Amino acid sequence: MKLTKSIVFALSLGLILVSFAHAGKDLDTVKDKGFIQTGVNGSVFGFGMPDEKGNWAGLDVDTARAVAAAIFGDASKVKFTPLSAQQRFTALQSGEIDILTRNATRTLSRETQLGLNFVTVNYYDGQGFMIAKDAGITSAKQLDGATVCVLPGTTTEQNAADFFRTNKMKWKPVVIESTAELAKTFFAGRCDVLTSDASQLAGARAKAANRDDYVILPEIISKEPLAPAVRHGDDQFRDIVDFSVLAMINAEELGITSKNVDEMLKSTNPAIKRFLGVSAGNGKALGLDEKWAYNIIKQVGNYGEVFEKNVGINTTLGIERGLNALWTNGGLMYSPPFK
Amino acid sequence: MNETPTKREYLLPPKTNVGVIGWLKTNLFSNWHNSLLTFLLVALLAWLLPPLIRWAFIDSLWNSSAEACRNIDGACWSVIPNNLRFIILGFFPEGEEWRPIVAMLLLLGLVIYSKERSRWRKSLGWLWLANIIVMGSLMHGGVFGLSVVETSQWSGLPLTLLLSFFGMIVAYPFGILLALGRRSNMPTIKTMCVTYIEMIRGVPLISMLFMSSIMFPLFLPEGVTIDKVLRALIAIILFTAAYIAEVVRGGLQAMPRGQYEAADSLGLNYSQTMRLIILPQALKIVIPPSVGILLSVFKDTSLVVIIALFDVLKTTMVTLSNPEWGRYSTESYIFLALLYFCFCYAMSSYSRKLEKELDTGY
Repeated sequence: MKLTKSIVFALSLGLILVSFAHAGKDLDTVKDKGFIQTGVNGSVFGFGMPDEKGNWAGLDVDTARAVAAAIFGDASKVKFTPLSAQQRFTALQSGEIDILTRNATRTLSRETQLGLNFVTVNYYDGQGFMIAKDAGITSAKQLDGATVCVLPGTTTEQNAADFFRTNKMKWKPVVIESTAELAKTFFAGRCDVLTSDASQLAGARAKAANRDDYVILPEIISKEPLAPAVRHGDDQFRDIVDFSVLAMINAEELGITSKNVDEMLKSTNPAIKRFLGVSAGNGKALGLDEKWAYNIIKQVGNYGEVFEKNVGINTTLGIERGLNALWTNGGLMYSPPFK
Repeated sequence: MNETPTKREYLLPPKTNVGVIGWLKTNLFSNWHNSLLTFLLVALLAWLLPPLIRWAFIDSLWNSSAEACRNIDGACWSVIPNNLRFIILGFFPEGEEWRPIVAMLLLLGLVIYSKERSRWRKSLGWLWLANIIVMGSLMHGGVFGLSVVETSQWSGLPLTLLLSFFGMIVAYPFGILLALGRRSNMPTIKTMCVTYIEMIRGVPLISMLFMSSIMFPLFLPEGVTIDKVLRALIAIILFTAAYIAEVVRGGLQAMPRGQYEAADSLGLNYSQTMRLIILPQALKIVIPPSVGILLSVFKDTSLVVIIALFDVLKTTMVTLSNPEWGRYSTESYIFLALLYFCFCYAMSSYSRKLEKELDTGY
């Protein structure tokens, strides 16, 4: 009797902890539960990391908030799951998360074999080199014979090896296991050059005693388009995530910011009227409220604002727009027409 | 007139054999190689200590901004007070901080209360049950008007304590059952227990955690998810139980046959024999190795870092990814080491006390 009781107790406790989500389309699931579960990195400053109070901040985090603003009209209806590099795609496949905004590079094999759909890129990254300023080197082509700090077994090491081989230069790799140690080793002077993704280099530079002592060389030797991803199977949801990112870029093109968006509602420009839902159409096509883009810009901001707030030149990271500038300013950020 | 009794002269031991000098002589300078060792160690300390003290105390800052720390040579302990909230409580929502703190105090308080063996009565069991329910409602909320805090937001020290405490508490009886099963005469049960123990002991904890967090969700039907913390906890329990089982089996094998036979001749059945005669003695023998395992469970919980659960180690590491504080990893890790040391030392000193109390001389 006692045993039966405790078994019943254990089972009911188990049921509380096992939750059954609605099977079916991703958009319906998200709408039913009332929030978006988002997979983020958790420890990359400026992209996805909690602050001292445990509130999430970063470029990837704001991208997820934009999607929540589009679907629910409320950017706070999003929950974050920190994921390791190994977990991230499984978590998306198994339905533990609805979207993944965790600085993941879009590649062919991930898109096909893992059953993912990457949407518009929200950050163009690439591997670069950082060096002490007083070395007087201005181009990666001058690095012949350098000692280079790299992480082992990553594509980073491969890319660097390829770069030095193609340019017929000698190099000596210093392989260090963890990112934090890598930066420490570099600042201690054990290697001349540090190589990693440019955004990571900026993060490492911010840890230096005096960050102006170091420069990131202009050469970028690999392509790392970082994009949010969703599962295969719900094209409408994919469209919404895609156009949420694009809406932030389009708003910057149109000169709409979170501060002037209310005035822009009165604009006579037909492109702005369509974009902000003053002339109806876009919202209905996506299956959203006509105010969806207005909500994104009002609550999260346009791409330029989000970039400058999280990683831009005035933050600790101090990253220049570069490839992430609008196409009109020589970057790659380009939005199709919203009509 | 009374004669004052003549003072008898005692022969005092030579001055060099007592007091400070005597102690030094017997312990530090008893022969030439001990003397040499003493001089070398003193020299080493004289060489290492002043810079260390200078770094840790004199040139250090204890509560300042990150900016102020850039201009000093010493330790920047400020990294701890400035980030203490996140290191200890992680994602627990703002304004609700008292809840995990009260829950942790309740847990520690009851653990301290339960230390005295005179209090081990049935009522203590009920007290524990009530305490666990209160802690659960404090952490999870949803009752008494407390807002719901999902387990995904449980992090920092409460998560470490939860994983290690419940890992130990549940794994221990499970391990005892496995040990009894392994020594059972029933072939099916015996085979099952041996297979389980050997299988679990054959894989590292990391791979169990990976299985539970990465492979396991793929086997479930889409849309069904099992709580991440629970998955990790189960992996830790399954792992620990196998080790406890082997330790307990050692204790069981150390019991002389006479004990079993005496129990049989008294007409006790299997469960009575085990409960009244064998286990109390066997478990007493295995206190030192069991505590060893419990200590390693406590420290191993930090492996949940790799499945992105934010235990107290991970929250510290996240703090260090903030470029402002990233340079002060040494200070942060020293703080963590002290934190872990306090818990581990408390556990091992309690086990020594328990051993002494239970010691009956045979």
